[in-house]
Amino acid sequence: MSVIARPANLQDAFDALDTLPDAQLLAGGTDFMVEVNFGHRRPPAVVAIRRLAELQGYQVRDDEVDIGAAVTWTTIERQLAGELPALAAAARTVGSPQMRNAATIGGNVATASPAGDGLPVLLAADASLVLASRHGERTVPFAEFVTGVKRTVLRPGEIITRVRVPRLTGPQEFLKVGTRNAMVISICCAALLIDRVGRTVRIGLGSVAPTPVRAPAAESYIAAEIDWDALSAPAESVTRFGELVRDAVRPITDHRGSAAYRSRAVQVIATRALERSLAA
Amino acid sequence: MSASDAERSGGVSDALHDPTTEDSRGGQGYPDPEGARDFPLETYVLSVNGRDLPVDDAWVGESLLYVLRERLGQPGSKNACEQGECGSCSVLMDGALVASCCVLAADAVGSAVVTVEGLAGEGELSDVQRAFVEQGAVQCGFCIPGMIVALTDLLDRSPAASELEMREAISGNLCRCTGYGRIFAAFRHVQEERSHARA
Repeated sequence: MSVIARPANLQDAFDALDTLPDAQLLAGGTDFMVEVNFGHRRPPAVVAIRRLAELQGYQVRDDEVDIGAAVTWTTIERQLAGELPALAAAARTVGSPQMRNAATIGGNVATASPAGDGLPVLLAADASLVLASRHGERTVPFAEFVTGVKRTVLRPGEIITRVRVPRLTGPQEFLKVGTRNAMVISICCAALLIDRVGRTVRIGLGSVAPTPVRAPAAESYIAAEIDWDALSAPAESVTRFGELVRDAVRPITDHRGSAAYRSRAVQVIATRALERSLAA
Repeated sequence: MSASDAERSGGVSDALHDPTTEDSRGGQGYPDPEGARDFPLETYVLSVNGRDLPVDDAWVGESLLYVLRERLGQPGSKNACEQGECGSCSVLMDGALVASCCVLAADAVGSAVVTVEGLAGEGELSDVQRAFVEQGAVQCGFCIPGMIVALTDLLDRSPAASELEMREAISGNLCRCTGYGRIFAAFRHVQEERSHARA
């Protein structure tokens, strides 16, 4: 009996999961294969989902972009920079070109690494996920999806099919700190999205907590300080915003950086992202 | 012993995947002699450099890189980091540049794989390969197949790519001889040759 299935649509994937209940779901493989190569994981069976018709392509709508879970970071980097600037900027920092050609947005979400580059953007954008199983479909806010380090609310037999990212009017930034300008896992990263219509500022932060986090106190503080017609803010308010972002994170010390460094670095990139977004 | 025989007879991959040995980086080898429960096998066919090649009774967890090198006699793609960091295993899969160490071989079924061996006819060099030789871009040589595949991809996709685009395109290919200057020169050489050929 075959231990790998390569279904072309969701129905066939659910059937394959019935036949191979221990199967690992495989998308681009860029996280999973590293664990397999190093002997940390041994898949008893595999259901490869990169071909699923329901996970392909993206639709640009007035209020959101509906991205198939199997869409690669290369596609997002090259084709969605106009609609989703921060997500495209984050895409450009995911691994190397080789990784971005294989790695998918759905895989990034499902892996739920604290350092997942796309995740702070999805959190700041109030993105939602469509999860499908044999029993039907549910839509989960991304903010409720990741529950801990590499832990999610995804149930056995469930597959992420779409990632829905609201479109916003206003500047967006994505900044990432690492040892190189390419090909690094982030020491910390920040996505700043300004919604000029709703008059909100949203910041998503990565690698500074077990899950991607927002900084609600910093967001509401700066929203009240901004002159929304001019899209400007006093310099001292921008500085205060960075301090409030720093106070919102609880980083750890690991081989990539110390907690103290991460706190300081996230303050710097949050402040810088806001400076770049506001009128001089 | 030819170079490719030497490649096939030893190296990190054999040790890593040999079921009778301890994985030097923490894996434990097959816990039972049959290995069937922990290392389920699969038989499939891969399309490599235009040929359909059978892969029989291979562990389902094997990477495309491992299958290319150890089962299909295509050792041009190099094995170094096995974690997508170094680019030495770069191949084209359905026209997209990927790190073959991070592709599950059994999931590459139905995709057209092109390795460095497939860039030119048997015994011939592509213009990119020739430029690497002529410009002295090859030092120890280990990263070169990956570099050549990555730069071939860029030159085909974006013939007038700028210096910065070129640097970004090989940001996932590491040369530990730090011979980047001659590699850049080879890239520019191909650009000039191709632009003259078009003129």
